[in-house]
Amino acid sequence: MIMSIAIMALGAIVLGAALGYASIRFKVEGDPLVEKIEAILPQTQCGQCGYPGCRPYAEAINKGEADINLCPPGGMEGVAKLADLLGREVKPLEAEEKPKAVAFIDEQTCIGCTLCIQACPVDAIVGAAKQMHTIVADLCTGCELCLPPCPVECITMETLTENLDNWKWKYPIVAIKQVA
Amino acid sequence: MLQLFKFKGGVKPESHKQESANLPIRTAPLPTRVIIPLRLNSLTTATPTVAVGDAVSKGQCIASAEGRMSTGIHASTSGQVIAIEDAPYPHPSGFSARSVIIAPDGEDRWCELTPFDETNADPQSLRDYLRSAGIVGLGGAGFPSHIKLSPGNARIDTLIINGAECEPWITCDDRLMRERATAIIAGARIMRRVVGAQRIIVGIEDNKPEAIAAMQAAAAAEGKTNGEAGISVVAVPTRYPAGGEKQLIRVLTGIEIPFGKLGFHYGVQCFNVGTAYAVHRAIAFGEPLVNRVVTLTGNVDQAGNWEVPIGMPISEFITLGTAKADTDRYLMGGPMMGFSLPGIDAPLIKTSNCIIAGSPKLFPPPAPEMPCIRCGECAKACPIELQPFELYWHTRAKTFGKTQEYHIFDCIECGCCSFVCPSRIPLVQYFRFAKSEIWAREKEKNAADQAKARFEWKTARDEREKAEKAEKLAKAAAAQAAKKAAEAAAAAAAPADGTAAAEIPPPATAALPPAAATPVDADAARKAAIAAAMERARAQREAAAPKNTDQLTPAQQREIAAVDALRQQAGIEPVPEIPAAEEPKS
Amino acid sequence: MSSFSTPPYLLMNASVQRVMLQVLAALIPGIAAYAWLFGPVILVQLAIATVTALAGEALMLKLRDKPMSLFLTDGSAVVTAWLIALTFPPLSPWWLVVTGTLFAIVIAKHLYGGLGQNPFNPAMIAFAVCIVSFPALMSQWPAVGLKVTFLDQIGIVFGTFPRLDALSGATPLDALKTALKLEEGQFSVAALLANQELFGFFAGRGWEWVTAGYLLGGLWLWQRGIISWHAPLSFIAGMSLLAGGLWLYNPAQFANPLFHLFSGGAMLGAFFIVTDPVSGCTTPKGKLIFGFAAGLLAYIIRVFGGYPDGVAFAVLLMNLCVPLIDMYTQPAIFGKKGQP
Repeated sequence: MIMSIAIMALGAIVLGAALGYASIRFKVEGDPLVEKIEAILPQTQCGQCGYPGCRPYAEAINKGEADINLCPPGGMEGVAKLADLLGREVKPLEAEEKPKAVAFIDEQTCIGCTLCIQACPVDAIVGAAKQMHTIVADLCTGCELCLPPCPVECITMETLTENLDNWKWKYPIVAIKQVA
Repeated sequence: MLQLFKFKGGVKPESHKQESANLPIRTAPLPTRVIIPLRLNSLTTATPTVAVGDAVSKGQCIASAEGRMSTGIHASTSGQVIAIEDAPYPHPSGFSARSVIIAPDGEDRWCELTPFDETNADPQSLRDYLRSAGIVGLGGAGFPSHIKLSPGNARIDTLIINGAECEPWITCDDRLMRERATAIIAGARIMRRVVGAQRIIVGIEDNKPEAIAAMQAAAAAEGKTNGEAGISVVAVPTRYPAGGEKQLIRVLTGIEIPFGKLGFHYGVQCFNVGTAYAVHRAIAFGEPLVNRVVTLTGNVDQAGNWEVPIGMPISEFITLGTAKADTDRYLMGGPMMGFSLPGIDAPLIKTSNCIIAGSPKLFPPPAPEMPCIRCGECAKACPIELQPFELYWHTRAKTFGKTQEYHIFDCIECGCCSFVCPSRIPLVQYFRFAKSEIWAREKEKNAADQAKARFEWKTARDEREKAEKAEKLAKAAAAQAAKKAAEAAAAAAAPADGTAAAEIPPPATAALPPAAATPVDADAARKAAIAAAMERARAQREAAAPKNTDQLTPAQQREIAAVDALRQQAGIEPVPEIPAAEEPKS
Repeated sequence: MSSFSTPPYLLMNASVQRVMLQVLAALIPGIAAYAWLFGPVILVQLAIATVTALAGEALMLKLRDKPMSLFLTDGSAVVTAWLIALTFPPLSPWWLVVTGTLFAIVIAKHLYGGLGQNPFNPAMIAFAVCIVSFPALMSQWPAVGLKVTFLDQIGIVFGTFPRLDALSGATPLDALKTALKLEEGQFSVAALLANQELFGFFAGRGWEWVTAGYLLGGLWLWQRGIISWHAPLSFIAGMSLLAGGLWLYNPAQFANPLFHLFSGGAMLGAFFIVTDPVSGCTTPKGKLIFGFAAGLLAYIIRVFGGYPDGVAFAVLLMNLCVPLIDMYTQPAIFGKKGQP
């Protein structure tokens, strides 16, 4: 009986030592899960989720403070990917999913106040004080943060349409039965 | 005797070549208008050099190349430019593209043509000339020939001319080889000089014995006159897709080229016979690429090959063959890799090689799609030796990473797998969907990564500015405090009472920005400031003279005129003309 | 302009139904020999199994809301049914065949997703379930030459004619196994095989003709291109190698490879079961490994295991390994030879 206790104790010590060693030797700096969550988010930095940017939202999800269905630019696909990654259930989006749009400045009305340039989180607006401002469409993420600050309301959102350049083949749907 | 190699897979559909292969090439009558697109894809766009209303001659350059990959674009008949606008484009999506629309004047008059003197020309000048002549690959992909003819530092050993034409129904290359073999060989010889190859091999499928004979005779004659050795005309076994570039290179040289690598990495380069012919016409006659041979076949009364001007509307082209009554669709290209045209107002472009009129009898609707039974027929048929059913399963599951592990980008979309599938699964469509999804996602990811980088930089910049500002304010406040301290010290002679202490305001409040003032005042003040700013801006705009208005080129003037026209259309007043001598006000 | 069909617009004349019908046709020589030697009751069993399979399939298709006419006519359920009927004893009670078939169609096929989605061979699942649940009934193979009229045979199947123990004799494999167990050391395989009553020419009085029929059908399938040579050949090789090796080592204890190949379900397994495309390997190398291992396992279970015929269990065990084998045997593609 003493023998069996001794063997169990020895086993526990050996395994414990191994685990301890592994936890020190293979320790990972930082929290890789936050990085993975952030990689899924669309980097629009729009704040529609209620957090000031994608990274804070990722951290909140990781802590469990935020739900995964708060990001409209990511769409349902983003929700599904987050659900996959974190093992949570897929929920419908809180806000409505809008089609991708880019901002557009009406040059006749712009007064060159630079308020939108300061507001844009991804530096997609080119301009300077008292000079014409313009939005570089390729760099705009559609976050709409520039619309409120503009004092003359010269910025509108233009939905991106499909054209020859961005056309994609669709998932093949072949009819198999005539329902009606 | 050249040793031929084999490639695995491939299928043997019914060739249906006899319908259109026996008549000689006829010249199509002039259409009522030609629609010449200014692009072949997003990388090969061109800027128009003519304006609406201009009279153009056949072969006149109407658009210059934009970017490294583009070539020049030329009018395919003489007439008047009636519009430069979005016009239908032959594409499965049915979208339009910006095109130059010309109304022919019926004379079909060439502009002044100067043959290119190639006796002492160096390869680079030949390439530039071919680029300006608008030569692109006529085999189907339309890759700009001047790029393909620039091997850079690589040594090209073998030039392959692709006369295989493996797709059923198409016979335009067959007729071209039978009738214009000498020109093709001459063009091949020029191309060999440009790339510096040693030998030329022409590969022709063995179901075209007349074409093989004609090309062999032309090659032999060329050998006699020029004394240059090294043009062999070889019959390759008929098997779809022997005419695919990678497959033909494999059959003729044994080299297998994977995705991501091109021919010149292996010392070979492959061109279509039509391209060789166009090169010859450009060099020997100075003719830019303005027409090509197109097969009209299928459910028509008279199938045949026609030499058409680029830009001829398909609706007018099909009248040359009289489509039968039960025609339900038109295919552009062959039945294996072509697509169903959403509309027939689109024009024939440089890469259009065939129009097939389809009917329910010729191309019956497919049986319903059944589940995949993993029979492996598709893997047996794939010329790239992929596992199409694995790609299919992963595409359905949308696990695109796995599709890439199974080499989805190596797929050449030849259609052999869909051809043999007993479950009637349109495999190629799944793969096309997967590929475009992967590309779109990669683009999105790149954009997102860059947006993140810019965001991080902007946040850092903002912090830095805030820090600098705080520092400046702190310094100013400190200076203020020092001044106040000095004053206080000066006033210390006066009786020290509480007022001295009260006179020293906390440094922070003195340095607060005006926005901390009471909200009502700030609002009114802001509104006034905005109104003043709008006024200033308007005045400035009206007074500002553009600084670059002197010495405009005709192209720039045309552009300005076009913009003005747009403004007029939109009801916006045009910018007033400012005489150059006036000084701008600000 | 038609919008429902996509390139390529030319298609070969192929369909799932054609494939399945050719498999059924290839089974006919074996069935003919079977009926001739053991009586036409096998045809009744085939009919019972077919009807049950189609009924089960129809029910599942309705429950899963799939187009019935499309899937009922594809023939895959009929192939499963025939394989079940051919591997079960010919005088099995009708409810045994029905149970097995329903298990195969409903659980082993449709609950996994239907056509093309079953990870295990449905016929083999049916066999395994029934032999584990009703071992006595599944071992009652009729002796050859037994004089029972066809009508009485049908009676036995449907339970109206008494099921006598004397009706059933040992199968050749059974006899071998029992003899090995009971007469250890004092018996020789050669002497046993000489018992012409039971053992016929080389594998079992009459039974070798049935398996020869399967061999013939299988070769025809290969010639038509429905199956490839990899799995059948490697199955036969696996079984023969081990059988041959052990027979050379101790001919008194172990039967010769020919006996093993032509008895039981070896030929049926080689050409019709390991070649099932849905549950088998798909790469050529994978098929070789799959077939070889299945052959080895079948022999081992037969000789050293608890059941007289191990083909079913061998195949099921290998079905488990198929995804792994497929992953590691992916062939190199065009242009990337020399790289995985």
